[in-house]
Amino acid sequence: MAQVVIANRLRDGIVVFLGTNHTWVEQLQDCTPSESKEDGQRLMDISQEAADQQEIVDPNLIEVEKRGQTWHAIKMREEMRAKGPTVREDLGKQAGN
Amino acid sequence: MARLRKDFTVPLLKNGKITEDAFTRVTGETDFPSTGALIVDLTSWQEHRSELLGRADPIGIELAAGESPSEIADDLGNLSLVALDFPAFSDGRAFSSARLLRERYHFKGEVRAVGDVLLEQLHFMSRVGFDSFVLDSEDPVQEWLIAQDDLNLWYQPTEDGRITVRQKRRG
Amino acid sequence: MYQYDEYDQDFVEQRARQFSRQVERRISGELTEDQFKPLRLMNGLYLQLHAYMLRINVPYGCLSSAQMRKLGHVARLYDKSYGHLTTRQNMQLNWIRLTDMPQILLELASVEMHGIQSSGNCIRNITADEYAGVAADEVEDPRIYCEFLRQWSSLHPEFSFLPRKFKFAVTGSPNDRAAVKAHDIGLRLYRNDQGEVGFEVFVGGGLGRTPFIGKLIRDFLPTEHLLSYCEAILRVYNQLGRRDNKYKARIKVLVHETGEEAFRELVEKEWEAIRDGTLSLPEEDVALIRARFAPPKYEDLEDDTPSLESQRAENPGFNDWMDQQLAEHKQAGYTIVNISCTPIGKPPGDISSEQMESVADLAETYSFGEMRVTHNQNLVFTDVRKKDLFSLWQDLVKVELATPNHGLISDTICCPGLDYCALANARSIPLAEKISTAFADQERQKEIGEIYINMSGCINACGHHHVGNIGILGVDKKNTELYQLMLGGSAKEDASLGKILGPGFDEDGVVTAIEKLIDIYLDLRKDGETFLETHRRLGDGPFKERLYSAPS
Repeated sequence: MAQVVIANRLRDGIVVFLGTNHTWVEQLQDCTPSESKEDGQRLMDISQEAADQQEIVDPNLIEVEKRGQTWHAIKMREEMRAKGPTVREDLGKQAGN
Repeated sequence: MARLRKDFTVPLLKNGKITEDAFTRVTGETDFPSTGALIVDLTSWQEHRSELLGRADPIGIELAAGESPSEIADDLGNLSLVALDFPAFSDGRAFSSARLLRERYHFKGEVRAVGDVLLEQLHFMSRVGFDSFVLDSEDPVQEWLIAQDDLNLWYQPTEDGRITVRQKRRG
Repeated sequence: MYQYDEYDQDFVEQRARQFSRQVERRISGELTEDQFKPLRLMNGLYLQLHAYMLRINVPYGCLSSAQMRKLGHVARLYDKSYGHLTTRQNMQLNWIRLTDMPQILLELASVEMHGIQSSGNCIRNITADEYAGVAADEVEDPRIYCEFLRQWSSLHPEFSFLPRKFKFAVTGSPNDRAAVKAHDIGLRLYRNDQGEVGFEVFVGGGLGRTPFIGKLIRDFLPTEHLLSYCEAILRVYNQLGRRDNKYKARIKVLVHETGEEAFRELVEKEWEAIRDGTLSLPEEDVALIRARFAPPKYEDLEDDTPSLESQRAENPGFNDWMDQQLAEHKQAGYTIVNISCTPIGKPPGDISSEQMESVADLAETYSFGEMRVTHNQNLVFTDVRKKDLFSLWQDLVKVELATPNHGLISDTICCPGLDYCALANARSIPLAEKISTAFADQERQKEIGEIYINMSGCINACGHHHVGNIGILGVDKKNTELYQLMLGGSAKEDASLGKILGPGFDEDGVVTAIEKLIDIYLDLRKDGETFLETHRRLGDGPFKERLYSAPS
């Protein structure tokens, strides 16, 4: 099961995912999933450091899977965060804003 | 952000000034030193009341969050201090206890806050009757001043005597 | 309506500056998230699924045109050009940046608004009858006492760290539009046999995980003792309320576990010690506040407005709207107008910046610049001249705020649900949209008559599902949304709690199930019964039997 770190950026609250080289990306598709439990812990360590540096808040490891070419969160709740509200498709990441 | 501490190695802030702490906290013990001001817990007080009253030096009682001031109401005349514990900053029971001590039982001694408290709560604490705090801070006086500066208008009358908005409106 | 004096204004500005300093200290790292979280919550700032959410208080639902215009401006400049009206008569903005908060709070303070105590374990925004001060059936204006409660509860030094949140609702009418029995403290003003005005005091109502109807702990409280009595209740609760389990920490559990009689004795004993103290409300203080709620300068009008008849006859849409949206005003020639923010197929309670600015303008033209937010997530114009109704309706049509569904099946109450809320387990807005779409036909809605459908996306019950005539609770069952139905709840003076009817349904299934329940009701009702009346007469039995046995 692949995992990624999801968090909110401190300054604007926007949902972000941990990408490569300690960067935080806004789209789930741009993140770098881990394939092992140990790797997941390593990502969380990096995230905790970012939280300590006032970059992000509330980092969590979530499960994702690839359907076709795109990554999806397993849980409804996290999929909602990765896309935006289903009742306002003009808002959030699904709308590119 | 300062937190209040139970180990009394950090300075005592009383009425906004750093003050020498005359008391030794001996809660959870039954073997009391023969001299010196002491703070004991409620159980020790109840079990060793006459022995403690026989001492010449000041006595204070520390109440845990669930212990009501009504339990020591009759003894307040013998006490120099009541310490009220905040087991967590979110546990606000001691705010009521402090008001009862001051307003219901007219306790004139020191009311001290101990435990886990946010700096942002000091303002409320000073309004309900606390007059001493043990601040874990590099500059407790400065922290105290910041907290006092947050607000200078109050809607609620308490025994601290600050003029409320309703009184101001009456002129 | 009440306007701040120099003290109220200074208070809110001081608080805005304090929070601005706290935001700076958070961004600089001086405060950790653990330390900052309680501070931001005390100012109404949550971290939700997509971003920060700011809950802005609308004290007892009263809103001026200037305030509404400012909300529209703030939503456009700092959010995504819309807001959401809540069941506590507040407004929420869903996409707030932390770094904008100092500026937002200053903007809000400039029109006497803020988010103080819209979250946290403290006394929350006081809610009231949305027709307060103007309703024909009102005994006395509850806003005067709401305002005393608002001031007394603002940064209360003793009651800002209660076991759990604490909600007041106040009504001055025998017809309860404020759900007073579903609140921690519910107050109903009335006149006793001696002609004196006082409160019935209900304590320990509430929804959530453990729903209770409030218990009447004092049948007559003279108004001068309002604050001391509430202080006594809060002091008992602050000392004895459970702090070991957040799901058992509300006052309703304390009242239940202590027993109604024993709890009453505790309160009365505490009250005896403080009742004649500094919290008493002498008539001169009440008069000062009452003067701030002086009625607007009504014109001397005939109540009969003949022009309306021909306008109704020529405009079926206006006729429908007139049938549903009005309520009786105490002043001849004037009427209360309900403005639906729950249009067919759209999220209940959402309102765009453009609509906010439009209603602000319209309220100035038609309602002395004042409006209300209702706990049904709609708006009210309090003082409309009857002869202006046709013109007002035409203006509302232009901004899509003329849906004629007040009290009808498509006028649902709905929490934000999993589309926005970090606590939710299931979505609720899509369901509300599907239900209102399924029942869009106006004739069918009128045939069904008065009915309240309330839905929540989790057990915390922000959508008041227990007190809906039909309540819907969304749950997460193995990562799919499942909806449970309950029947027979009411939030009015005849308050009651619905019970779960049977196995739950998926999203489409629940819409079909509600259509079946309505068909069953229409089949079983006797002359003019509402859905609730039919259910009270027959119980769950025939509904359950026919719903679950019918071939689908």
